[in-house]
Amino acid sequence: MSAKDTAQERATAATSDELRLTFPLTDLDALRALHVGQKVRLDGHIIGIRDATQIRIFDRGVQPPLDLTGAALIHTAPGVRKLADGSYEKVCIGTTTSTRMNRFTQGLLRDYGVRAIIGKAGLLPDSIPYLKEFGGCYFAITGGAAALETTQIEAIEEVYWEDLMPECLWKFRVRDFGPLTVAMDSHGKSLYEDVQERAQARLRELTARL
Amino acid sequence: MPETQTDVYTAIEEAAKQLYIEALKTIPPDVQAALKRARERETHAGAQDILDIILKNIAISAERDMLVCQDTGTVVYWLEVGQDAPFNLAQVAQRIRVGTQRATTEHPLRPNAVHTVTRQNTFTNTGRHLPVMHYDFVPGDGLKMTCVPKGSGSENQSFLHMFTPAQGIKAVKEFALQCVVQAGANPCPPTIMGVGLGGTSDLVMSLAKKAIFRPLDVRSDDPIIRDLEAELLEAANSLGIGPMGLGGDTTVLAVNIEHADTHITQNPVAVNFQCWAARRRSATFSASGEVQFGF
Repeated sequence: MSAKDTAQERATAATSDELRLTFPLTDLDALRALHVGQKVRLDGHIIGIRDATQIRIFDRGVQPPLDLTGAALIHTAPGVRKLADGSYEKVCIGTTTSTRMNRFTQGLLRDYGVRAIIGKAGLLPDSIPYLKEFGGCYFAITGGAAALETTQIEAIEEVYWEDLMPECLWKFRVRDFGPLTVAMDSHGKSLYEDVQERAQARLRELTARL
Repeated sequence: MPETQTDVYTAIEEAAKQLYIEALKTIPPDVQAALKRARERETHAGAQDILDIILKNIAISAERDMLVCQDTGTVVYWLEVGQDAPFNLAQVAQRIRVGTQRATTEHPLRPNAVHTVTRQNTFTNTGRHLPVMHYDFVPGDGLKMTCVPKGSGSENQSFLHMFTPAQGIKAVKEFALQCVVQAGANPCPPTIMGVGLGGTSDLVMSLAKKAIFRPLDVRSDDPIIRDLEAELLEAANSLGIGPMGLGGDTTVLAVNIEHADTHITQNPVAVNFQCWAARRRSATFSASGEVQFGF
């Protein structure tokens, strides 16, 4: 992707009801101001992480090779092309299902200072207390919309733990990344839980009529 | 047109490479049409925004020759083999395997296939029993190969239950709707809901898989099943799960049901979801080796 592509995306980007955030956060309590349903766009750096990466950190006890304080993580394993100089060019960067990696939420927020997790399908209800305690948020992206997402990532700046390819730790530089929906906030709210409750109630109605 | 049998198999290998790459870049026209209709009907503001992003993403991938989704999937092939087709199927399967490997390394595509215990990546999107291949035998002398790169977000939402005859169709309907709720946001809704009915445990699961890539404008040829598809579609969309599971009218784009006859004691049902990025691409070879590409 060229700079021109990103500029084209920017032209159709930020609208007035979207909040802008730069990551990593300098104020670790900054996301306490957000509420579910708000739309955000991100600038700065976001860190790609996935199943194998977190299994190494938490189950094998290996310290991540970069500081995650105030970070926004994104659940991804990108498609890339390795260049002659050893760097990586993006082919397709999109977002995977977060529920699979739910059990790592507490450790990420408590032990490493992570404040935002970007993904699709949300975290499970048992992550809500940790978002409350540490002032974290879950930002929902549109799963499958990876072509758009790839145009909003300016560069792959660093790749750690290449032996886990494609589930390495990735440092991406982003601009106007989004729109993302605040789907879980630090006030105990989760849009996924609201939707599930209504769906369960409707399912009971439908079942009674079968 | 290939002149010898060797050329036919070379053409099949090239087609397999091409099908995999093209499937990842182009959403089939029937799926695009269903997404556009869903956007017109959707009443939830948040859901409208998500459907707009999905449609924009499809346009960007087409304009810039990009992959629609980063998940290059598990490669599944469905082969429809004409009963008089002059092809050696073992050769065909081997060429599909090589075509898949070449697409993965030459494009390149994200490698997803790993050993199920050691998690060692093969880096080719092929491996032990991969790609998955199914065969149907049909009248004629051609060979149709359909490539379905199946994303894991939706594949992880797969369900099987062996009900009893006494539990009847009521249990089947209830189970199917429970699956929609349980899958929730995970399979990237709006989804295509593939349902298998009847047969045995292995057959019913593969029927559910076959159902997810039937074009959305094709309904079951059995009127009883067709009514069931319509009933489940309306009920599923009344659950309000919505695009990406964040609420809305559009949860399922279509319910496709494939069915088999079953044992007097059995009443099997399987559900396999396909994400909105419902990728599939096909090539049909005539007996003389001419190829036509489609969806």
